[in-house]
Amino acid sequence: MLEDENKRLARIRPNLRRRAIILDGIRAFFNHQSFLEVETPVRAPAVAPEPCIIPFESGEWFLAASPELHMKRMLAAGYEKLFQFSHCFRRGERGRWHNPEFTMLEWYRAGADYNQIIRDTELLVTELAEKLGFKKSIQYGANTIDISLPWPRLTVKEAFVNSAGWDPVTDCDARRFDIDFIDKVLPSFNPRRPTVMADYPAPMASLARLKPGDSGVAERAEVFIGGLELANAYSELANAAEQELRFKEAIEQIRREQRREMPLPLRFIESVSTLPPCGGVALGVDRLVMLFCDAPSIDDVMAFTGDNA
Amino acid sequence: MEISGVHKNTKLLIDGLLYNVEDTEFTKPGKGQSVYRLKLRNLRDGGITNRTYRSGDKVDDVRTDTQEEQFLYKDNDGFVFMNSETFEQITIPETIIGDKKHYLKEGTMVTMLMWGEQPLEVNMPITVDLKVVQTELPLKTATITAQQKQSVLETGYNIGTPTFIKEGDIIRVDTRTGAYVERVNK
Repeated sequence: MLEDENKRLARIRPNLRRRAIILDGIRAFFNHQSFLEVETPVRAPAVAPEPCIIPFESGEWFLAASPELHMKRMLAAGYEKLFQFSHCFRRGERGRWHNPEFTMLEWYRAGADYNQIIRDTELLVTELAEKLGFKKSIQYGANTIDISLPWPRLTVKEAFVNSAGWDPVTDCDARRFDIDFIDKVLPSFNPRRPTVMADYPAPMASLARLKPGDSGVAERAEVFIGGLELANAYSELANAAEQELRFKEAIEQIRREQRREMPLPLRFIESVSTLPPCGGVALGVDRLVMLFCDAPSIDDVMAFTGDNA
Repeated sequence: MEISGVHKNTKLLIDGLLYNVEDTEFTKPGKGQSVYRLKLRNLRDGGITNRTYRSGDKVDDVRTDTQEEQFLYKDNDGFVFMNSETFEQITIPETIIGDKKHYLKEGTMVTMLMWGEQPLEVNMPITVDLKVVQTELPLKTATITAQQKQSVLETGYNIGTPTFIKEGDIIRVDTRTGAYVERVNK
């Protein structure tokens, strides 16, 4: 066993070295723009209630599934530019692209919307690529991916009408959405370019605000590179009453479908009343490292996973 | 069982047919449902199909056992084996045996996967030793490079061997690949 472990750790050593360079590069990128690096609780009394994200319980509290609520509480208190690397925990998520414990990078900008945040993401990834010695493209699996800017962008509506033959904005069937996304939409993206898919149906807004002038969609955008879902960006919802209503609906759905009780994150909801217009994003660090290491599995970029911890 | 508990080699009953799970793939949009893609092998005819499940879906898994069996002979109904504990005989149709018939000679011990009384799979030892019954004479020109020639084994299997192999030699064959391993004359 020990021999296997030593061999495995020796094999992934080049990836872990590159991972450390990437973390350095991310810090440099944000520090250079005067973002403040923060740390928020890994264990907290409430997490955002989400029907498809199952948190680990820790005593009476929960392990964080994302640092979003605490970071937005800081924005509501007047902090303007924040970033954080945080360990996040999600039950039952294990596969080539998932480990129940993973590293998330989140950043928030007061006064920005999701377009600005996607621009940050593009600049961050290309700057890291340059730092690692890549020119305009990276190799991932069988594909040479041209990462030059700007990245191709399409709406959720366009993507689904073209590849799955239906429009989730006029008829939002969340169950069908996920299956068709995985089976039809994602495979239709150009494998040699990143893809930004924007403007999710309003019922899938989560913590994003609805688009001014088009309340059928939310200002939410996701970045996909090499078939990997890399980042999820929002123009953040800054309306406390609407946020409370969405959370209560989610709590009711979780109770009805899964018989789980989730508390309402009251301190967060209270803070939303002073949240300025802002944009934010969650980016999977392990997956970013996978892309830059041409690693087929998340196991290749983590020293220990849930299977061998 | 819950779909989340399915692993490689779990046996599932789907629409009355029995499948072996060859591979599982977990995928999940960040905010979306977990999706499980299973690659399934039909245990009757070996056909491969893919199926997609969502988190919370239930599947019927079946409990299987293994037993040690010795190959006795082949007749018109199939391959006849004997349980090494109970001495009961069982006939396995050629469709289940498939390519493994190339490695079966009298006395070979196999591990049989059973679902109740029903045999599902015959698992061979990793290597078997078989006699060469027919082969071309070594060619003079073939002594320098590692050339291959065709030889016929006692089971009727045609196999590529090195040119030095003679009729009557016993050779070791890898049952996973069907390839020659070494000469093991006893």
